[in-house]
Parts: sequence; structure tokens; C-alpha cells
Amino acid sequence: MAVGLPAYLVLAAILFVIGVAGVVTRRNILIIFMSVELMMNAVNLTFVAFSSFLRALDGQVFVFFILVVAAAEVVVGLAIIYAIFRHRETVDVTDMNLMKG
Amino acid sequence: MSGAASLMEVALFAVLALVAIVAALVVITHRHPVYSALCLVITMLSIAFLFLLLRSEFLWVMQITVYAGAVMVLFLFVIMLLDLRREERPWRFPENRLQVGVGTLLALALVAELIVMAVAVRLPGGAGGGISPEVVAAQGHTQLLGRLLYTEYVFPFEVTSVILLVAIVGAMVLAKKRVE
Repeated sequence: MAVGLPAYLVLAAILFVIGVAGVVTRRNILIIFMSVELMMNAVNLTFVAFSSFLRALDGQVFVFFILVVAAAEVVVGLAIIYAIFRHRETVDVTDMNLMKG
Repeated sequence: MSGAASLMEVALFAVLALVAIVAALVVITHRHPVYSALCLVITMLSIAFLFLLLRSEFLWVMQITVYAGAVMVLFLFVIMLLDLRREERPWRFPENRLQVGVGTLLALALVAELIVMAVAVRLPGGAGGGISPEVVAAQGHTQLLGRLLYTEYVFPFEVTSVILLVAIVGAMVLAKKRVE
């Protein structure tokens, strides 16, 4: 393969850090959730890259499981966001201070 | 691999990587959640085609159907259900210079660390796991992955079905209207 493993890892690192920046800077809980998905995608990319360059498929099986867990996570997470919205009429995380009292 | 084919691969990687990074930046900076979601779809599609570049066709299809398809439809559905046009406190660039400086510095430090790690990584030589691109091309990626999934990883595979069941039940309980 013409493109080496470091190129994929660097790309995944950049995407992961963009995701971290999104989680840290945004206030809209949906955007935060999307940033988490972005981070997960970056990690998937490292899994597939390593698996491909190590010539073993185990890493790709893990990506398959991550896909399943991500789907479950999105379903439950969006249901929680919807429940919070119905309760508080907001998606702004600064307004979600129920635990603080 | 011939010179033209490898040049093509490098060019494809460069374009896909650029598209993925730009779309990811739009995801975290755009004010409107719908545009963020659509740009996230673009990032996921780029990553899907990078999977194809890494010779894993099955995950390419899975990435498109599950992530770019199902997950993002769910996101858009919830965004439109909640009707988020009226954003009370729109996001804007923070005015505190110190916060921006320290934040940017930390982000760059993190990415630099990861890049140093990525460049320093050394793979063991030899045939590795023995699944070379030629073997994948001869036997089919889906078949190889399916064999591994139903033999060595059959227990985790069964556990995922329980996870999905819990997710379905949990979502229904959370989204249900409480009847007093």
C-alpha cells in the first residue's frame, strides 16, 4: 500500500482532537454528542489501519463491535436528550444543572 | 503495485483526508445543528472510503449504512423533532484571549503528542497475521470477517445482541410519556 500507516494515524489523531475540541467548546448537547461520534470514528480508523497493516482481521472485528455499541449509545443518548428537552425545554448544557441544585 | 496506481492511492488519501478534516471542523463550528449533522455525514463518508482504501469492503458498507445512514438519520430526526432553530444562546468565538490561547495550545500539544506516537510506531516485520491484500482479494473480505466473527468472536457477538436489546428497551422507557 502506497500510503503508510503513520499517515492514517496522523489523520485519525487530527480528527480525534477536533472531536475533543467540539466536546469542550460547544454548549449544544447535540453537537457535543456528534463530536463524540467523530472521536469514535477516528478511533475506528486507527483500528482498521492497524488491522490492515498488521495483516490480521481482528481489529476489524472490533470495529464491527464498536459500530454496534455506537448505535446503541446513540439510541439511548438521543432518548435521554429528548427526555431532558421535554423536561427543561433546552439543549444547552449550561442549563442542565439539576444535579447541582 | 505500479507507479500510477500508488500515485492514485496517495492522491485519493490526500483528498479524503482533507475533506474529512474540513467537514469535521465545520461540525464543531457551525451554529446550526442540521448543518453540523450533514457535515458529520461527509466526514463519515470520507472515513468509509478510507476503509475501502485499506481494503476492508465490509466495514466500508457498514460505515455507510450504520453510521452515515442510520445514526445520522436518528440525529437529524431528533434535531428536527426538537425544533432547534430558536437557539437561546448562540455559540460565538470566546472573547477571553487567555482561554483561547491556552485551549489552542493544549489542543496542539495533544495532536503533536499523537503525531509523534504515530510516526514512531514500528510494526513487526514479516507476514504479520497472514491476511495479506492478496488473500483478502482471493477469499473476499466479508467471508474472512464473517468466519472470524462466528468462530473466535462468537461470544462477544452474542453479547452485542443483548446490548442492542437493552438499548431498545432503554430508549422506549426514556422516551415514553409518563402516565400519571
